[in-house]
Amino acid sequence: MNLRKMHTGQSGIIASVKIGGSLGLRIREMGLVPGTEITVTGRAPLYDPVKLRINGQTLTLRNSEADYIEVETEPAQGKA
Amino acid sequence: MSKTVQTIHIALAGNPNAGKTTLFNSLTGARQHVGNYPGVTVEKKEGVFFHEEQEIKVVDLPGTYSLTAYSVEELVARDYLVNEQPDVVVNIVDASNLERNLYLSCQFLELGVPLVIALNMIDVAEKRGILVDTKKLSELTGVPVVPLIARSGKGIPELLQTVQKVCQTAPPCQTLIRYGADIDEALRELVPMIEQHKLLGNTYPASWTALKILENDEQIVAKVMLEDMTVGQQLIDRSAALARHLQDTLDAYPETVIADHRYGFVRSILRQGEVTQITEQDRLYASDQIDKVVTNRVVGPLLMAAVLLGLYSFTFNWSGIFVDWLGLFFELLGNVTEFLLPDGPIKSMIISGVIDGVGGVLGFVPIIMFMFFGIAVLEDSGYLARVAFMMDRIFHFFGLHGSSVMPFIISGGIAGGCAVPGVLAARTLRSPKERMATLLTVPFMNCGAKFPVLTLIIAAFFPNHQAMYMFLATLVAWLVALLTAKFLRMTLLKGESTPFVMELPPYRLPTLKGLFIHTWERTWQYIKKAGTVILGISILLWAMMTYPGLPSEKVAAFETMRQQVIASADAPSKLLRIDQLEAKAGLRHSIAGRIGIALEPISRFAGFDWRTNIALVGGFAAKEVIVSTLGTAYSLGEADQEKTTSLKDRLSQDKHWNPIAALAFLFFIMFYSPCLVTVVAIAKEAGSWKWAFFSMGFNTIFAFTMAVGIFQLGNLLGIG
Repeated sequence: MNLRKMHTGQSGIIASVKIGGSLGLRIREMGLVPGTEITVTGRAPLYDPVKLRINGQTLTLRNSEADYIEVETEPAQGKA
Repeated sequence: MSKTVQTIHIALAGNPNAGKTTLFNSLTGARQHVGNYPGVTVEKKEGVFFHEEQEIKVVDLPGTYSLTAYSVEELVARDYLVNEQPDVVVNIVDASNLERNLYLSCQFLELGVPLVIALNMIDVAEKRGILVDTKKLSELTGVPVVPLIARSGKGIPELLQTVQKVCQTAPPCQTLIRYGADIDEALRELVPMIEQHKLLGNTYPASWTALKILENDEQIVAKVMLEDMTVGQQLIDRSAALARHLQDTLDAYPETVIADHRYGFVRSILRQGEVTQITEQDRLYASDQIDKVVTNRVVGPLLMAAVLLGLYSFTFNWSGIFVDWLGLFFELLGNVTEFLLPDGPIKSMIISGVIDGVGGVLGFVPIIMFMFFGIAVLEDSGYLARVAFMMDRIFHFFGLHGSSVMPFIISGGIAGGCAVPGVLAARTLRSPKERMATLLTVPFMNCGAKFPVLTLIIAAFFPNHQAMYMFLATLVAWLVALLTAKFLRMTLLKGESTPFVMELPPYRLPTLKGLFIHTWERTWQYIKKAGTVILGISILLWAMMTYPGLPSEKVAAFETMRQQVIASADAPSKLLRIDQLEAKAGLRHSIAGRIGIALEPISRFAGFDWRTNIALVGGFAAKEVIVSTLGTAYSLGEADQEKTTSLKDRLSQDKHWNPIAALAFLFFIMFYSPCLVTVVAIAKEAGSWKWAFFSMGFNTIFAFTMAVGIFQLGNLLGIG
């Protein structure tokens, strides 16, 4: 599932990050690499950016960046 | 390179929010010096301290997640490590987020610098159920690891002992990281080529240069090409071949494959058992609970507005008494000078130029100090990052970058900053267009220098709602800046916006020490500016307003008038009137008066008389000068010039001023040409004077249009 489509409370494991260059590196240096577990913990008041829990830290990224990240999700259990 | 007898030189490096600054503050205390790295404008913090009679010089490198060439901070950090060759690099690692922090450590290992890992916040990590076996971690990385709690100072003596020990032994610079068959093979080919031709041999290890060429690192590729075009081209060709191969086989880029393998290395370390996670479930600690409220859709924005308004109230109401005291002090100083010195130009210069000028600026120090304290609380607690998070959608909409929040806030987005560091802070932006739009619009913010002017005018004409009006002034500044940014991004600076990824640091209770250091640093910078630049300009302007003096026949004419009335019954009041007329004639005759008068035919559409014009012209030199110039202009323009009564009262009683004229004046000050220093900074940052002149002309025309609109409309409606 695409990260953009995940809803608050949903968890999953990053399957792939399909982007290179400075954005690709930036996403990776923040810890968003395949195999990492993430949980969507919320969104900004205007829905964008999205807030993630990863490795015990909180990251934010825009929906347009979330588009490059594919996540292997568990069966949905969080609230929409 | 054993230097134990002399000063040990250490550099603190690590991720933002890993506790670098906390450690730096507890090591150096107040004995720190803040400057800039040569050639760039990233803040450089240095300090010297003693540990067991060993003098240690410490440099706090900018916090980074990586060592790429994509941001100035990262370039500064890695250039510093390579060029200054610190004896030991202390890598502060947040124990509760080892994976990402060790990613940076990997890059220090690649660079082959003598490293000590300071495993910070082990208490926080333990609370989250993360136990770290420091011995094992040290074995696996080949680097000494010292547990640390920087906030309480626990572990600092052990850290310094380790630093001393590392100083005496040669650093292990063999990296154990492998990057997969394709990249390792390319490295095996590139490294001998680089070694053979001694490319960048004096500065970088060959393996690092090779790795950077494969990562397509702009800086290193450029340096290699500069040194040897032919070999450089061969290296680049090999790198391009690798990129094609990876694209075909893995659908990936070399730099991302390298990054993924660094993580692989970090994970293999973590898997080998130095980390025990007991309570995997414990994910909802305090920070999350706070965030649930603070970034809530409804409560979040309301709370944000309330916090900013609260900052103003705090700044105004709590500092008031100190402002009054300082005002009294300068009044006293004026009176004493009046009493001690004989009449003449020196006395006039000291009272009207020095005391009024510097007093007008220093009088605001308490307000600025309170505000910086408030901002430091927001910054250190982690709330400012939430503001950026909530505001990004809006910034993005206006064609700016989420990171633009920082330049805007530094420039005065929460009033009281300065556009000069704000313009320089825009360096962190990676996209040139968003950066340029930020550069050109941050001067619209209410900086600490406009702040005294705004405060003065608001106190004089809207005394009942000071905090409210200041808050509104900030909102208007934001609105205008953002709309202008959007306008620029749609016209002169068209182009795609660059995305961003950022971290929300956990909430922390700020330490008093940290707050005071931050507050003092910034306030001191303001005072230094006020004390030197402003004093000089204040005296220069006094001279402009005093010379050339009235021609002798006019002076004689005033003298004749005096002689005529001296015998009459109401001589004192008539003499006073004559004095006033003479003083005014003198000012009109001066250089400044002539400039002001020359501009009056245009400026009167906005309600500015020639005295206001003088102040506004002076304000181009530095906005602080507006207040001191108004002070000088008004004290010189009146007969009782040696009396430093409150400028606020003078303005509110003057017939040229009314709330509408004041409002037009406020708008003009907020938006007209940036001050000289900012203009120079913009020219340097933008790389051309074209943009600097653009910002002077564009802003002034825009501000004047606004002021005329307000003044004319206000008079039409008869509000004034």
